[in-house]
Amino acid sequence: MTLSRRIIPCLDTDGARVVKGVNFVGLRDAGDPAELAARYNAEGADELVVLDIAASRDRRSTFLETIRKVAAELAIPLTSGGGIRTLEEARAVVLAGADKVTVNTAAINDPDLLSRLAEEFGSQAVVLAIDAKRDGENWKVYVRGGRDATGLDAIEWAKEGVSHGAGEILLTSMDRDGTLSGFDTALTAAIAAAVRVPVIASGGAKTPQHFFDVFTVGQADAALAASIFHDGVQSIRSLKEFLSSRAVEVRLPC
Amino acid sequence: MIVTLVDYGAGNLASVERALERLGSTSRRAQSPEQIERAGALLLPGVGHFAALIRSLDERGLREPLCAAIRRGVPFLGICLGLQALYESSEEAADVKGLNIFAGSVRELPADVKLPHMGWNQVKKVRDSIALRGVPDDAYFYFAHSYAAAGTDPRAVATSCHGVPFAAAVERENVWAVQFHPEKSAATGAIVLQNFLNFAQ
Repeated sequence: MTLSRRIIPCLDTDGARVVKGVNFVGLRDAGDPAELAARYNAEGADELVVLDIAASRDRRSTFLETIRKVAAELAIPLTSGGGIRTLEEARAVVLAGADKVTVNTAAINDPDLLSRLAEEFGSQAVVLAIDAKRDGENWKVYVRGGRDATGLDAIEWAKEGVSHGAGEILLTSMDRDGTLSGFDTALTAAIAAAVRVPVIASGGAKTPQHFFDVFTVGQADAALAASIFHDGVQSIRSLKEFLSSRAVEVRLPC
Repeated sequence: MIVTLVDYGAGNLASVERALERLGSTSRRAQSPEQIERAGALLLPGVGHFAALIRSLDERGLREPLCAAIRRGVPFLGICLGLQALYESSEEAADVKGLNIFAGSVRELPADVKLPHMGWNQVKKVRDSIALRGVPDDAYFYFAHSYAAAGTDPRAVATSCHGVPFAAAVERENVWAVQFHPEKSAATGAIVLQNFLNFAQ
């Protein structure tokens, strides 16, 4: 009896539709969020993440409606976020049907936001999203899809975020995101060793071997990917069968 | 049978409502003592902090009607923190009195494992149970918690393990509670909710 490693499809949306593109460039339509959610729920995804990558204020109500539609399709946990700055915005996302909320930039500007969220919803519902890029021997934290440097060290920020109440870390390698060249296992292992909370690895997934590597070498608790699932390049079931055959504990749905 | 959801003002009740809806059942949120007193079946979902849950039950005057309903045999299902609330106390808030339906205390999971215990873990049946009827042994359920009742708890009907064995499901007559989230545990979770609906009929 052990905790299984989680496979998490991610829906990046413009508020209403799933979009894809590298670092916000050349976005194109990749489908209806509710339809994809229903498909992943049936295929054995362990959780689902839905992000509003546009995060523009005037489209917030559209995104909340998207969360409601997605949540209606799911019998698995839902994490949602994108541009959340306040407790009220997080509450709206939870009331729309999300079980967990991700915060990124706002937590850097105001780490105490994590504490307020944890107090309101419990740490298990607070996911700190960290976008990290290699800088010599270390990794630095970036915001706005990797465009703006914060100067923060990724490991130190992860520890600080957890001390403020984050119950999970969604760690994206900006070096690997969109490259399909595999997760950054060194980055993932460094963060996983530094904090007590679970770490979701993101960025660079293509092959089942990439997932195997991030769960073994990278010590990730969960792994997230988007386009390889949307495009049908990789089915969740065959990915889990691959991992299971190599002694990685996964939940194989009946 | 309409299931009454104890609404103490936090948490994602909607996911429980949707899960019950999928099974063709209706539920109603209860925020007042009167609504709890009238309930034919009670469900206490719980997320967050032990003290926050207990305090908000107390602030709303729900503790007494809830305990009274449980004691007179109204079918009850506690989920996650809704299981922990049934005990005398929790290490999460040592000065806060739990509902004291079950003797004993809820403890933090050990220091050498990742916390929260988050994700899908296997559940092993240890006693005959109505709540888990039809659930295959070693089935996966979704957990998200850092505290738990002991695996040796006399009411435990199933255990799971994260550092130490802990109670994944407890059952005593009309009082059922699960540490996992059946409403987020796909088809396997639906079996447990359906068992509760059948029991509550």
